[in-house]
Amino acid sequence: MAKELLKGNHAFAEAAIRAGVEAFYGYPITPSTEFLEYMARRLPSLGRAFVQAESEVAAINMVYGAACTGKRVMTASSSPGISLMMEGISYIAGTEVPAVVVNVMRGGPGLGNIAPSQGDYYQMIKGGGHGDYFPIVLAPASVQEAVDYIGLAFDLADKYRAIVHVIVDGNMGQMMEPAELPPMREISETAPDWAVRGAKGREPNILTSIYIDPVDEEVTNLRLLKRWKEIEKNEVIYKEYELDDAEILVIGFGTSGRVASSAVREARENGIKAGLLRPITLAPFPTQRLLELTDQVKRILVVEMNSGMMLDDVMKIVKGKVPVEFYGRMGGVTPLPDEVFDEIRRVSQNTGPGAEDPRDEWIPRLEKIIAGDK
Amino acid sequence: MVATTEVIHQRPESFTDVHTHYCPGCTHGTAHRLVAEVIDEMGLREQTIGVAPVGCSVFAYRYFKMDFVEAAHGRAPAMATGIKRVLPKSTVFTYQGDGDLASIGMAEIMHAAGRGENITVIFINNAIYGMTGGQMAPTTLAGMKTTSSPFGRDVEMAGYPLRMAEILSTLDGAGYVVRRSLHDAANIRKAKKAIRLAFETQQRELGFSMVELLSSCPTNWKLSPQDALDFVAEQMTPVFPLGDYKVNPALESLKV
Amino acid sequence: MEETSIIISGFGGQGTLFAGQVLAYASMDNGLEVTWIPSYGPEMRGGTAHCTVIVSAEPIGSPLVRRPDVVVALNLPSVDKYEPLIKAGGVMVANSTLVNREITREGINSLLIPANTIAEELGMVRLSNMIMMGAMLALKPILPLEAVKKALGEHIPERHKKTLPLNYEAMDRGYQFAVDHQ
Repeated sequence: MAKELLKGNHAFAEAAIRAGVEAFYGYPITPSTEFLEYMARRLPSLGRAFVQAESEVAAINMVYGAACTGKRVMTASSSPGISLMMEGISYIAGTEVPAVVVNVMRGGPGLGNIAPSQGDYYQMIKGGGHGDYFPIVLAPASVQEAVDYIGLAFDLADKYRAIVHVIVDGNMGQMMEPAELPPMREISETAPDWAVRGAKGREPNILTSIYIDPVDEEVTNLRLLKRWKEIEKNEVIYKEYELDDAEILVIGFGTSGRVASSAVREARENGIKAGLLRPITLAPFPTQRLLELTDQVKRILVVEMNSGMMLDDVMKIVKGKVPVEFYGRMGGVTPLPDEVFDEIRRVSQNTGPGAEDPRDEWIPRLEKIIAGDK
Repeated sequence: MVATTEVIHQRPESFTDVHTHYCPGCTHGTAHRLVAEVIDEMGLREQTIGVAPVGCSVFAYRYFKMDFVEAAHGRAPAMATGIKRVLPKSTVFTYQGDGDLASIGMAEIMHAAGRGENITVIFINNAIYGMTGGQMAPTTLAGMKTTSSPFGRDVEMAGYPLRMAEILSTLDGAGYVVRRSLHDAANIRKAKKAIRLAFETQQRELGFSMVELLSSCPTNWKLSPQDALDFVAEQMTPVFPLGDYKVNPALESLKV
Repeated sequence: MEETSIIISGFGGQGTLFAGQVLAYASMDNGLEVTWIPSYGPEMRGGTAHCTVIVSAEPIGSPLVRRPDVVVALNLPSVDKYEPLIKAGGVMVANSTLVNREITREGINSLLIPANTIAEELGMVRLSNMIMMGAMLALKPILPLEAVKKALGEHIPERHKKTLPLNYEAMDRGYQFAVDHQ
């Protein structure tokens, strides 16, 4: 199939349709609304379900219901809406049914703004909802990647009966890029053996997240943990740029990873041996690859559109073996390639020991940049 | 003489062979049985998906022999919507208490009715939170003592009980909305007819259907089972009048 | 080709986002990598609207830049904002009908073009975006004018199809103005 110029939100939605999504339940919120609008136009004509719910709370619980039927189902929202969905997300995880949730992240906390952000890293990667569970989190960085990984998100959700988050930001939702859509997948009529579709000729299926006996709940938690260990072993995905001889390792995901790739290219043009690791699965994190690179590089620079959330995960893995530095923009500000290049150059000249918390050194630098920007 | 047995009464096929956890004198068992009998009589068991709530009937799925899911508190109508929209030929019902339906789940029930979802809701109104130990519910009567209205519900502070059948009957998406009571045999028979009509509404795709059932909670009301039933008849029915609040004309000629 | 970043900026309703999309389609159809990213949200309601288009032969990293190679400014606020930011050696095309001052920045190639006046001569003020696009392509030939016209013909919304000849003429007029005034 030929490439088409596609707007992010539309491309993600169409990719989900082609991956066999049979229901979309959502609520309008900028900057993910076009996802909902696209589904409203497309799904009814395909004989699939679309409901604009009364709230994100209702939307995710509709997703929960449809997920229990074993059909492919999803929602898309944006940060404040995702907060409201956390109840249903926890239930979906606890009931072990598959569902895909797209978060087009925006500036926060609170009402914040509608500009692109990565401030939901903790909420998405660490769970966000109550209880002991592990979501799979994919962070594509281009329209084509989003198209590809939304298909994968459904496959992973089915394979592990798990919740899969696809996190992007407003940049990705709004931008247009050439991308190739996959062909329409055929929808399987066979129900998974655990699904509720009416107990015709079989014993009833009960889907619940309640385990009133703590030991039963513990057994469930253990099952989820062991499944997560399998996911960690099998499903790590990342992209690398210029890492072969890199001395400065830049790590960024999504838009900030993409911006960092421009900065790495500029650094190379300026003779700085920089390379980029861009995790696509933030959960499971590419821990093994980062450990290998820790033995190779002299310094690490983490670039994010938040206050250093992935930074904490990187620090935990690197364990002080290599100095780690941080550059972040927050509140809906997207870092530009020249800022990141300046950071790479600075880091390449810094031979001092790394700070215990790299944020301590970053805060005054950011304050200067903000003062200059305004 | 050859002995012959004629079965005149037996456990509904839609029931599992499990004793319920409900308190003595509680009307949940009666309501469950009526639902099971109607599903049996309509031959729907193998196509039915039930949605259990959070509340005393959180374990309803143990007692019905059919596919069941367990919703978050108040969200049963949303979950039922999610299921029904992808399985439009199945029969989907929720079973919810007053705290679940009329307090935390108010938005979900209103909008499911407003959308005219072809689902059936069995609404147990016993004017109290049972599972958490007897707190004030959105349907608690004025002056009624609960653990969170220890001096009686003061309407100046805590407002008035909500009449859900009346409220929902105003919505165009509702096909069948009635209130019945479970306090005596005659009313139980009427309740069963109403449940039948509610499922018939769904079968005929006439929109949202709900049967509100006035029910007793002897344990948290601190009354004997009989006194509790009397309380329903004497104290609750004046506040929550029994009757048909919305009946789609297509149902009027139906004999059940 | 070298990676080239273009910002097209103006008031909401001047067709800046669409002009950027036309350029993006033309780039894709000519086998180039391209990204198009708009300003979005409340600022679109009656305020300024701009988009960034990046065209390259290589895969594109950041879809956003601080210092664009090319700026197409349809109003004064856009000139004020981007004049200092354009890369040295870059290009600025500004709509002199709505920009009542000179472009003073040294070391860039700039052009003032009375886009609204020309559009009115053509009988439709909404053509100013395509006039500006034509002029820009004369100064910075990212793609041949014909390639962009082709993309416009293929992607103009159905309801505007009848204005296509006028749009082509607008591009030609803009292109010719730039050639004549360089």
